Amino acid sequence: MAELQIQDIIKPENKVYGKSKIMTDTPLHYCYGCSHGVVHKLVAEVIEELDIQEETVGVAPVGCSVMMYNYLDIDWMEAAHGRAPAVATGYKRVNPKKYVFSYQGDGDLAAIGTAETMHAVNRGENIVMIFINNAIYGMTGGQMAPTTMIGQATSTSPYGRNVDINGYPLKITELVAHLPGAAYVTRQSVHTPANVRKCKKAIKKAFENSKKNIGTSFIEVVSTCNSGWKIDPVAANKWMEENMFPFYPLGDIKDGQRDSDEKYSVQKLKK
Amino acid sequence: MAKVKGAVVVDQECCKGCNLCVVACPEDVLALHKEVNSKGYHYSHMVNPENCIGCMNCGQVCPDSCITVYRVKVPVAKD
Repeated sequence: MAELQIQDIIKPENKVYGKSKIMTDTPLHYCYGCSHGVVHKLVAEVIEELDIQEETVGVAPVGCSVMMYNYLDIDWMEAAHGRAPAVATGYKRVNPKKYVFSYQGDGDLAAIGTAETMHAVNRGENIVMIFINNAIYGMTGGQMAPTTMIGQATSTSPYGRNVDINGYPLKITELVAHLPGAAYVTRQSVHTPANVRKCKKAIKKAFENSKKNIGTSFIEVVSTCNSGWKIDPVAANKWMEENMFPFYPLGDIKDGQRDSDEKYSVQKLKK
Repeated sequence: MAKVKGAVVVDQECCKGCNLCVVACPEDVLALHKEVNSKGYHYSHMVNPENCIGCMNCGQVCPDSCITVYRVKVPVAKD
């Protein structure tokens, strides 16, 4: 039998993986190897698979992903810094049948937007919150964020983060998991093909939860920022595995639905 | 018993040469090219196309969605 030529394999009927139709042709402005691109792609693939392009509204944050509306062909709203959950709440309440998700980085969600994050989850809003945690302020030049690891050198902590001065890294996902309004809280990463597949499953589950109206779904994606960390993408993945995963362990933290209101009602507490 | 053969097409202008697909490939099919694209990045390409099994690992880790994967099953005749 004659050897199969590459030209014979590259045919439309043999295509098994390619760019999602939800992604636009605009080239991504992110640095090379940035995790944002992978998560954008996963969100696009999930929207395509669930066939909800017309019903999905994204709320973009302030940060590197501020221009996310250029890349996914769905409806978008832009929120002030940290206020994406509040804007998403408003949109979801006015249009309960829409799928609403917020997409935020750690400087947005875990620093300036902590109050909005906590209260949106505590109210049990039926939105999806995607949280990209790269332990640094990427867009503004690699300053220290609340999620920066202890001892990690950044442009505002050149000798490493010092607990005496700067406090401890903030585990916002664990905080959120304690709130009664949370339905699904998970921490994922996208540094290997296996983790990418798991992360996609988590995002899909979160969007399905949004349909069922069972509470807030919160997905943290532990990511890299190779330009902020000043190493190459492959080394950044290794650094993340060695230094971030022990502190930010991957896996589901809460999986179910929001607590019933009877549990906290005055009549019940009196008994 | 069928053998699986794959092929990868990289959008060379879109590729930023981050090397993540090269590391993710289990069969050492991909490598960064010596040449650069119009933006000055060493783009990824197939160096060992005969090894490709179409596992889609490279496509899934690509941050810029510039990899398309094709796969066919090739029947192997029993001797």
